[in-house]
Amino acid sequence: MMLCVMSCGTATQENDAQGASIEEPNNTPLGQASVVDDVSAANILQVAIGSPDHTTLVAAVQAAHIEHVLVNAGPLTVFAPNNAAFAKLPEGTVENLVKPENIATLTTILTRHAAPGSYNIEGLKKEARKGRKLYMATGDYLEVTTEGDDVFVGGAKVIASIQTSNGIVNVVEDVILPKSE
Amino acid sequence: MKNKNLIIAALAIVTFSFASCDNSSNKSDNAGALSGNMAERAYVAPGEHDEFYSFISGGFSGQLSVYGLPSGRLFKVIPVFSQDAEKAYGYNEETKPMLNTSYGFVPWDDSHHPDISQTAGELDGRWVFINGNNTPRIAKIDLTTFETTEIIELPNSAGNHSSSFVTENTEYVVAGTRFSVPVPQRDMPIDEYKGNFKGALSFISVDPEEGHMNLEFQILMPGFNYDLSHPGRGKSHGWFFFSTYNTEEGHTLLEVNASQNDKDFIAAVNWKKIEEYVKNGGGKKMPTNYAHNVYDEKTHMATSTMKKEVVVVDPLEVPGAVYLLPTPKSPHGCDVDPSGEYIVGSGKLSANLTIHSFTKMLAAIENEKFAGDAYGIPILNFEDVMEGTVVQPGLGPLHTEFDGKGNAYTTFFISSEVVKWKLGTWEVLDRKPTYYSVGHLMIPGGNSRAPFGKYLVAMNKITKDRYIPTGPEVTQSAQLFDISGDKMEMILDFPTIGEPHYAAGIPADLLKPNSRKIFKLEENEHPFVAKSEKEAKVVRDGNTVHVYMTMIRSHFAPDNIEGIQMGDKVYFHVTNLEQDYDVPHGISMIGANTSELLIMPGQTETFTWEPKGEGVWPFYCTDFCSALHQEMQGYVRVSPKGSDVSMKWTLDDEWYDSE
Repeated sequence: MMLCVMSCGTATQENDAQGASIEEPNNTPLGQASVVDDVSAANILQVAIGSPDHTTLVAAVQAAHIEHVLVNAGPLTVFAPNNAAFAKLPEGTVENLVKPENIATLTTILTRHAAPGSYNIEGLKKEARKGRKLYMATGDYLEVTTEGDDVFVGGAKVIASIQTSNGIVNVVEDVILPKSE
Repeated sequence: MKNKNLIIAALAIVTFSFASCDNSSNKSDNAGALSGNMAERAYVAPGEHDEFYSFISGGFSGQLSVYGLPSGRLFKVIPVFSQDAEKAYGYNEETKPMLNTSYGFVPWDDSHHPDISQTAGELDGRWVFINGNNTPRIAKIDLTTFETTEIIELPNSAGNHSSSFVTENTEYVVAGTRFSVPVPQRDMPIDEYKGNFKGALSFISVDPEEGHMNLEFQILMPGFNYDLSHPGRGKSHGWFFFSTYNTEEGHTLLEVNASQNDKDFIAAVNWKKIEEYVKNGGGKKMPTNYAHNVYDEKTHMATSTMKKEVVVVDPLEVPGAVYLLPTPKSPHGCDVDPSGEYIVGSGKLSANLTIHSFTKMLAAIENEKFAGDAYGIPILNFEDVMEGTVVQPGLGPLHTEFDGKGNAYTTFFISSEVVKWKLGTWEVLDRKPTYYSVGHLMIPGGNSRAPFGKYLVAMNKITKDRYIPTGPEVTQSAQLFDISGDKMEMILDFPTIGEPHYAAGIPADLLKPNSRKIFKLEENEHPFVAKSEKEAKVVRDGNTVHVYMTMIRSHFAPDNIEGIQMGDKVYFHVTNLEQDYDVPHGISMIGANTSELLIMPGQTETFTWEPKGEGVWPFYCTDFCSALHQEMQGYVRVSPKGSDVSMKWTLDDEWYDSE
């Protein structure tokens, strides 16, 4: 609205009154997530939305308004707890987190599931072998460990890796919570 | 002397009428500014799209620029005839062949007149063609990738100016030579020009599916200068019209010697007749040499083929195919209205605009009423073909476009204005000054059966004080007019690149859905592609080394290479593995005697590097691709010639070697 007033000045009150062509940019708060693109390979957000096992995660991402982060150029590795993982949390936890007043906490929890860079299961095994920790978007370092063929990040077992257009989605069986909590 | 007096007299008259007109139009401008809000009409809000694409010729930059209308925002400069380090065009191994000619590699040209392909006389938005003036060439730009995909050189031509306009169904893209030259070229005295030099009019067919161009035939015309041309359309489809000057056949001091005749000609060419003649075996196969360069989207590579023969047609051997329409004083623009009936000749030195009638021309031909001939080509009577004149509309007329509503708009260089006039009555309806000395103008679709008569872009030759100054060289200015009302209203002023000669506009909605986002990696047929990091490798072949490299956010594979030796020639074949819109990667290597590469998703490009010293030399990604862009880098170790350091490479310290 401010844009409109600045650009139109006083001479175009009729246009303003009609609401003319200038409105709030129609792509917030989604940002890049509003880009229509049915040609490129699916990005992290599109993969998550397309997965019936990740409806809780997607709802949480939408509640936190961080869709645009998951379509960013990245590269990004997202550890995506499935619905079963969220179901392991104490009853009412998710319902509480998605309340508007808890958005900051929710955002921090979700952001802890994202690492800059591309790490699929093979890449994670290499991290474990080389003793490299994974640096998460919140600034935490998560330990990567293996047990036989299984890989764990911050204690959560990785059960699948999906290559997307802007990074990797690793499906995990647990929500990765900070050690202090 | 007589001429001079005439011009001075005309100047006086026009200045007078111009001034009086200006007063009245000032009033309406003021009213327009208050009621119409000009700024808002050129304003495209953040995130909104422009209504039109305009492809504005880059003039002596050799390129083609893409601007939005009405915003005047520059979206892309498409490299066509000149090397472009930003996009590696003409620098990488894949596109170097695009600039090959019979004169060898020519890294520059003077790009002139873009024209969009048509179907049934309307813009179809498949390709845009543009001519290189200096080393005669026609380029085709694909409007899905906005890249130059084909360039064909024109033999027997010099100063390829009367080009590159398409026929109603893009059967041909047509090119006429400005300079007449000896055909074939030979060592001869210049002052024997008259009667000996020839002007070639080239007809290049366009394959309706793939768009591939083929030089079908050249008409060898008398040694005039062929200046501009336009296709017949509708009723005049099958004809092409070329303006000529220097019918005096002067070869020196043309500003005087080419201004002697009271009238020069518009040459009317019945190309369908000549096409049929050639299809039946007519014409002469003449030995020649010209380049045909084609870019293949699957291999992401261009190939250049030298052609050795061209069919030339003597117009006298095809009776009824070519006629000359007398047109006053060195006509420049030769523009055909949307109906195909009127052919507007803008005599640069004439006080009036001349409009010929196609119907009258046919009648005169039918009646065989000729005023004479030029080297055997019949000349029609001026009075028989002339339909009307726009009397003293301004000084120095150059080009005319049409709005599809019965109006024409002509630019005047000397009096620096655009004049709107009415087809049929020839009366002047409006005039607006431009800043300064306008050359071409463009209305989207203005050279078709169906113009989109909403905006007019005037492209000026002189800028002077229009913008904040940038030293002696200032960019050329363009002005955008809203022509939707009775009076033209200037709503925007914006800079252009090079010196635009014409432009072609088209509604954005016709192109946007076709614009490519990525190249499919699985369709990549480049001979040196690596479609995954597992396929990355380094292969030595004598002193030549081929690096099959991949790039994906945010690393190269491999990113450490050892075993390169002094004296090697190293080809980096780099494939962008991304399959995501707008994620190009770049690469550059210290000491490479070439440009960076800028590689689109799914594409492979190649640069060469010849190490100049032993050591460990870095390379990096040049396009800010991702949050870890600054980490996207690598090293190449260069050892002395004959060193026993083995050829090996790695990503993250897992080494592979070539043994």
